[in-house]
Amino acid sequence: MSETILKVKNLNVGLEKEEIIKDLSFEVKERDVLIILGPNGAGKTTLLRALLGLIPYEGEVVWKSKNISYLPPQELVQRKYLPPMTIEEFFKFKDVGEEKIFKIFKEVGLDLLLLKRSFGALSTGQFQRMIIAWALVDEPDVLLFDEVTYGIDAGAEETIYSLLHRIWKQRNLTVLLITHDLNVVYEHANNVLCLNKEKMCYGEPFEILTPENLEKVYGTGIKFYKHTHK
Amino acid sequence: MEIILALIMGSFIGAAAGYLGTLMLSKRMSLVAGPLGHLTLPGIALAFLFGFDVSLGAFVIVTLGIALIWWLEIKTKLPMEALTAIVFAVGVAVTFLFLPEEKTIPALIGDVSQISPIVVTISVLLSLLVIFAINRIYKKIILAEISEDIAKSEGVNIKKYNFIYLLCIAIIVSLGARVVGGLMTAALVAIPACTSKNLSKNIFQYSLGGADFRRAKLPDWDSGF
Repeated sequence: MSETILKVKNLNVGLEKEEIIKDLSFEVKERDVLIILGPNGAGKTTLLRALLGLIPYEGEVVWKSKNISYLPPQELVQRKYLPPMTIEEFFKFKDVGEEKIFKIFKEVGLDLLLLKRSFGALSTGQFQRMIIAWALVDEPDVLLFDEVTYGIDAGAEETIYSLLHRIWKQRNLTVLLITHDLNVVYEHANNVLCLNKEKMCYGEPFEILTPENLEKVYGTGIKFYKHTHK
Repeated sequence: MEIILALIMGSFIGAAAGYLGTLMLSKRMSLVAGPLGHLTLPGIALAFLFGFDVSLGAFVIVTLGIALIWWLEIKTKLPMEALTAIVFAVGVAVTFLFLPEEKTIPALIGDVSQISPIVVTISVLLSLLVIFAINRIYKKIILAEISEDIAKSEGVNIKKYNFIYLLCIAIIVSLGARVVGGLMTAALVAIPACTSKNLSKNIFQYSLGGADFRRAKLPDWDSGF
């Protein structure tokens, strides 16, 4: 039986006098993949930021591990107007040796030649893999991803999710992931947290992702085709 | 002798300003150096009137100006460039109310004719201090530029590093005001950084290029010599 790695109790977050998250409680077990679902403005990103202590909150957030890596949505990562920085230099911000960088680059399927490439010259897919590699450098126990496939085409999106699934298995990670893509939930998540300012549903995808619950979360009828891979 | 001293001082200030400029360019703050340079004018005017060092006067006023801009940004939610424009305009207007006419040119474009070995030593030490401080915060500021959330989750105290960064700007702008005057301070930070950005392939070359002594702005000989 896995131990609890994250305990959230009565979490309340307000930004500029507006209540963003209201009385949210849930737990995450070690090695879980928790997908956080919800419409725009539901408080998903705010939740991750509160869990990391990046913004003030009320309530209780208790992590068993302190080794947590976070990747914000790609639109919040600046790639223009930066100095002419190579990927190698970016990784050296973390003071890690070359061998470790090489190993992680191979793990995420990136060509080592990209290390000499400029930070702004990567394609969206390459950039996302690179940022995943960046998150893995510290050997985290927990990964928090916000909109990991933002701006990526459908084929590359599937590849990124497969990569995350492989990393999760190989490294025994706990993953908290925000996505708008309902199709990835069945394939990758142990648990789903449906959020719309407050907890609308929580549990295993097959049990809780009913059309009624989805309508409650999104406020409109959502057609959801369950599929499994042979 | 004065020429040698001026060259030494100009080179060190220029190197520190160029290095800092590479960071300012990355934060899209190069333009701010201009108004902040103008903000030295009330301090320079006071220094001329009461006979103390121009860099000291400039430093006090620029620091107060930066603190005022920082405070107004929190209170009004107006963008920093707009607040900088307001504070700088007030500073310039106040300056010309009491700046003696014969001191206008040195205040605007600098005067290195009255430098002593002590002033040069202090300027060189302060420039080295700025280079050291910028070197310590460089990676963290760039990481925060890439993503504040990533930087914070890596344990970077953004407020602390921004404060050090602003303090470095205040020092460099004040020192620069002695060499090139309030009018031209932006040249010290913007030109080496822009040149370096266009010539560099990586951050090492870029930051080193900004601090390159050969591109440091030389003192304005016509104003004092």
